[in-house]
Amino acid sequence: MKFPYSEIVLEHFRHPRNVGQIENADGKATEGSPACGDMVSVYINVDATSNKITDIKFESYGCASNIATGSIITELAKGKTLDEAKKITWKEASDALGGLPKIKAHCSVLAIEGLRAAIQNYEERHGLIKEKKPTTVEVVNKRLKKVMNPISGLDLVRTNIVKDIKVDDGKVHVVIDLPPEHQFAPAIKEEIMEKIKPLWDVKEIKVEFME
Amino acid sequence: MSERKQVYLDNSAATRLDERVLESMKPYFFEKYAVATSEFAYSQGIEAREALDAAREGLATTIGAGPREFIFTSGSTESSNIAIKGVALALVNKKGKHIIVSKIEDFPVLNSAKALKKQGFEVTYLDVDGEGFVDPDMLKKNIRKDTILVSIQHANQEIGTIQDVESIGQVCCERGVLFHSDATHTLTRVPINLEKIPVDLMTLSAHTIHGPKGIGGLYIRQGTKLDKWMDGGFQEFDLRAGLENIPGAVGFARAAEIVTADETDRLKGMRDRIIDRILIEIPDTTLNGHRSKRMPQNANISFHYVEGESITLHLDMHGFAVSTGSACFSRSLEGSHVIFGMGGDHERAHGSIRFTFGRYNTMEDVEAVVETLAKIVKELRNISPLGKQQVK
Repeated sequence: MKFPYSEIVLEHFRHPRNVGQIENADGKATEGSPACGDMVSVYINVDATSNKITDIKFESYGCASNIATGSIITELAKGKTLDEAKKITWKEASDALGGLPKIKAHCSVLAIEGLRAAIQNYEERHGLIKEKKPTTVEVVNKRLKKVMNPISGLDLVRTNIVKDIKVDDGKVHVVIDLPPEHQFAPAIKEEIMEKIKPLWDVKEIKVEFME
Repeated sequence: MSERKQVYLDNSAATRLDERVLESMKPYFFEKYAVATSEFAYSQGIEAREALDAAREGLATTIGAGPREFIFTSGSTESSNIAIKGVALALVNKKGKHIIVSKIEDFPVLNSAKALKKQGFEVTYLDVDGEGFVDPDMLKKNIRKDTILVSIQHANQEIGTIQDVESIGQVCCERGVLFHSDATHTLTRVPINLEKIPVDLMTLSAHTIHGPKGIGGLYIRQGTKLDKWMDGGFQEFDLRAGLENIPGAVGFARAAEIVTADETDRLKGMRDRIIDRILIEIPDTTLNGHRSKRMPQNANISFHYVEGESITLHLDMHGFAVSTGSACFSRSLEGSHVIFGMGGDHERAHGSIRFTFGRYNTMEDVEAVVETLAKIVKELRNISPLGKQQVK
């Protein structure tokens, strides 16, 4: 039989590690939604003195790459300090899985974001978060680096398709160099909205595609 | 992983060729390999012409058409392109630029309409109801003076809903608008008599009935205005240029001949069994499409709280091949436009699984896939954050 995934991906897909929820978890987060096709919830318990992740569990609504990435990041993050865990990248997770198809990058990056969001949630709840900074073009640009361009599997910024970003009084305007009828335009737009929306001072987002 | 019997339940994507079809085609590869174009040069050309005409006549009879009303093409994609763009070119300067299609058409129709839109045509996309039906009255309201073509499928490729082509054809006929219907998935399975039903153009294909890939047909009612836009020779009544695919045509006709009403009833039995068992035995499932006005070979069910690609991959590991309307499955990363078209949400699209039966499936396959599915869906729901209480 032939499969579109590596043996390690298939192994984690069949037998995902650390599945489930943690009751009264120290930190938790859910990234994605059925609308984007994938969803991941991550739960962590943290040892307050060493700042190490003592327990981690995940749940996934998604395809094989999503489930496998969720599984592998729980293994990668367990026992690490929050700062170490925050630095786990999609590339590391993908490498640990023996590689993922490029077109599946957007499904699998969600697990990484879920882990980071759960850490952020822990930090917010434990007063470890720094002061709220106003959203700037740089902040938006940084977030767009987390949005995958499914054509290449690399992010929007790296693939040079972000043509313009404007931030004015809580209104964010992003211009993407793809025709509006491009097959990936709706998916990209949805992900941009999702990344920018949580910024505390953003009131309105406009994503424009170029003819 | 242990190798096990492969059960192919994706017969709307492709079908296993029937040996009898292959036998009928063989002579046209090795002995009578000439093409009909050579009929005035040597006898082999005459044999090719005779084989082509016999195949054409057989297929035309199957749908109640005359032999001059049927041309061979390379498949349904080409047939729908020839029909839609051919009518558009023929009528653009005579009648108008308005085309009507349903929202749930297959890609050859949708993308032909989209291509014409870029050329300045206007396209109306008709809504369908919650079971995928086009309302003939709504169609009537959308027909304008400058409407040149209505394209509404005979049955849907994903959810199997069979349209009321008789009423739709009647509306088009009364308003003097040409009617094209994509019958890729219904040929011989949902019999149609074009002597009685007013369809002007109909797309057909061999790949859905255990015939060869790469051969299809287009029914063109006598007198229908159609411009030829792919240039070449004068084959197929000067409507489709290109070397005749004689073995393909012979195989296509043979494939249509082999299908029997009994076989179709057998497929219907498998369809009804899988729908009944899943809806009863697996909780939180929804049937997509109509319960009975659906293709005899098609069942399409959404499994809530889980994503379709995960289901198909697990099923594949157990030897079952099916397809899904999930975004993750398609290379466009878009969920099924058919499920969205009938008002379904993302979760319903992503969790939809299509089972399509064919000649080589048995009732045991149905029982086995349901048993396996019940386990898979349960496991995936255990992993899923959806459909259960979130802990504090």
